[in-house]
Amino acid sequence: MKKFNKVVSVAMAAAMVAGVLAVPAAAEEGTFKVGVIGPMTGDYAQYGTNVYNAAKIAIDEVNANGGFNGYQVELLDAGDDQGDAEKAINAFNDLLDKGMQMLCGTVTSGACIAVGAEAAENTFLFTPSGSAVDCITAGSNEFRMCFTDPMQGSKSAQYISENGLATKVAILYDSSTDYNVGIHDAFVEAAPEYGLEVVADEAYTTDSNTDFSVQLSKIKDSGAELLFLPNYYSDCALILQQAADAQLDVTFFGVDGMDGILSVENFDTSLAEGVMLLTPFSATAEDEATVNFVTAYGEASNGETPNQFAADAYDVIYAMKAAADDAGITPDMSNEDISAAMSASMLNIEIDGLTGKAKWTEEGECDKEPKAVVIKDGVYEMME
Amino acid sequence: MSFISYLKDGISLGSIYAIIALGYTMVYGIAKMLNFAHGDVIMVGAFVILAAITKAGLSPLLSIILAVVLCTVLGITIEMVAYRPLRKASSNLAVLITAIGVSYLLQNVALLVFGADAKSFVTVINVPTLVLFDGQLTIKGITIVTIAACIIIMCGLTLFVNKTKPGHAMKAVSEDRDAAQLMGVNVNSTISLTFAIGSGLAAIAGLLLCSAYPTLTPYTGAMPGIKAFVAAVFGGIGSIPGAMIGGILLGVIEIFGKAYISSQVADAIVFAVLIIVLLVKPTGLFGKNVQEKV
Repeated sequence: MKKFNKVVSVAMAAAMVAGVLAVPAAAEEGTFKVGVIGPMTGDYAQYGTNVYNAAKIAIDEVNANGGFNGYQVELLDAGDDQGDAEKAINAFNDLLDKGMQMLCGTVTSGACIAVGAEAAENTFLFTPSGSAVDCITAGSNEFRMCFTDPMQGSKSAQYISENGLATKVAILYDSSTDYNVGIHDAFVEAAPEYGLEVVADEAYTTDSNTDFSVQLSKIKDSGAELLFLPNYYSDCALILQQAADAQLDVTFFGVDGMDGILSVENFDTSLAEGVMLLTPFSATAEDEATVNFVTAYGEASNGETPNQFAADAYDVIYAMKAAADDAGITPDMSNEDISAAMSASMLNIEIDGLTGKAKWTEEGECDKEPKAVVIKDGVYEMME
Repeated sequence: MSFISYLKDGISLGSIYAIIALGYTMVYGIAKMLNFAHGDVIMVGAFVILAAITKAGLSPLLSIILAVVLCTVLGITIEMVAYRPLRKASSNLAVLITAIGVSYLLQNVALLVFGADAKSFVTVINVPTLVLFDGQLTIKGITIVTIAACIIIMCGLTLFVNKTKPGHAMKAVSEDRDAAQLMGVNVNSTISLTFAIGSGLAAIAGLLLCSAYPTLTPYTGAMPGIKAFVAAVFGGIGSIPGAMIGGILLGVIEIFGKAYISSQVADAIVFAVLIIVLLVKPTGLFGKNVQEKV
């Protein structure tokens, strides 16, 4: 038995060495290798598959137009992390073994924080949708396409004020979840700057997220014109139902967590009529780029409609292309060199993508104007 | 008027806790075990009703009957498979841990079968909203139904335990299991019956919970289950009227805490009240103080 163990450990060690050696070997070829990590199965599978499918479409388009800096780009098979940090790190190492030089991912925040620590200063990381602040703080070679959670708060305040939606606002949020608290705090901080008065600031917790009657009646008494809901859609569905019962007549404004409210099973979508949410993308928008993308996406994946994750991923690939062209990188460079050159070029580029005109800061944050949609007749309609 | 409106909200929330607490207290009173899976049986009941109506197209009444039957069978099965073999175990702790295990099992099976996405519950009970004082006070139909159901179940259970033969057997098992067995009471079938009734009630509680707060996930039953357990302890666990009063008081305290103190610490207030009550009266409001004979 002892001998057998030894054989196994030698074999495993050999396999590990082989894995390490595979990295430079794969990079010798004349194509760039891009990887995607995200939940491809499990509860969040919709997010990951949207990102992968959209990245595929963008890379095919990029390849038809000369690729990254004149070299073709290959999209590696998707790394499936099921939204889990540990699985994401395994997927990351696996993709490196397969020769990945740039990462479009990861998709979910928790996994992205973990992978961000691994990729710091060695592999170029560009997350389409990891919105927690710490997703890209580990290294200077990490960038993001979406807004951070707190930024959604200040951008919402900006949007509400600039579009004259209200001056007296109320908030109802889950005070036991980071995501909601981060957005809430940023919103409250930014509100005075944009001339908004917070007349009611009510909370609930994940453990008591079914009864909102008291909070809603306080909000009703406060005379608010708009109710800001930085919560996930399942809570929002219940809040909207109870707000209707309480005859609360305000504008409802949510953030990206609200996205999905129309697909809650058995939800009466008429309750969501007129609800606005901050989102970078609407599949029903009529501009040429969106229409082309939605058509291409539908053709590639059985007529499905892409969501904002897909749009973010699509823009990530184009931003990568812009940075690669600017940096003049070649596929035979090491991951570290590609990473350093791309990171420097990210500060020079500006793209006009599906999610808006975007530039990047030194911290890797995306600087773009907030966009919002309003729900009309059960579909999103872009607000102008 | 806002005070009365909050009071009404509290009673409507409390009546939900009360109806769940009735199931808890019933099982505890007779089997002397905390069935932590009770909240999850509620969730199963609600899913059965939802699936029967939306997927199988059954009528609401038929769906409710189906859910009650399935939950009863589920309750008996859980008791036979998970609890009965441990009843002779040296400590009650073993059953308690198993109950927590069953709770997670049910949640995860539901997660596999129905997915994690929250689903909106369909309208099953159609009772018009009561509007009083020129629209200043509105009482939803479901609140009235829940309170009525609570009172009917409470009275029914009390009558059943005090006036029927199986009820007497339950009381006997509750007071002294070994002595009851010596007197010819079939302890196993009596406890099975308790679980059957408790789980059947869970299906009704699931219906009322999800009608009042129309959202359904595999975790829907967990938190109300814990709150209802608190309500049962508050009212004096094992006492049927205690569960009802405890549930309603808990709901009222929670809503008043939210309304007049802070919506962020409402749960903390609820549990603080529980601690105070237990410090002052360890057996709960309606609990009997049983002297341990040496």
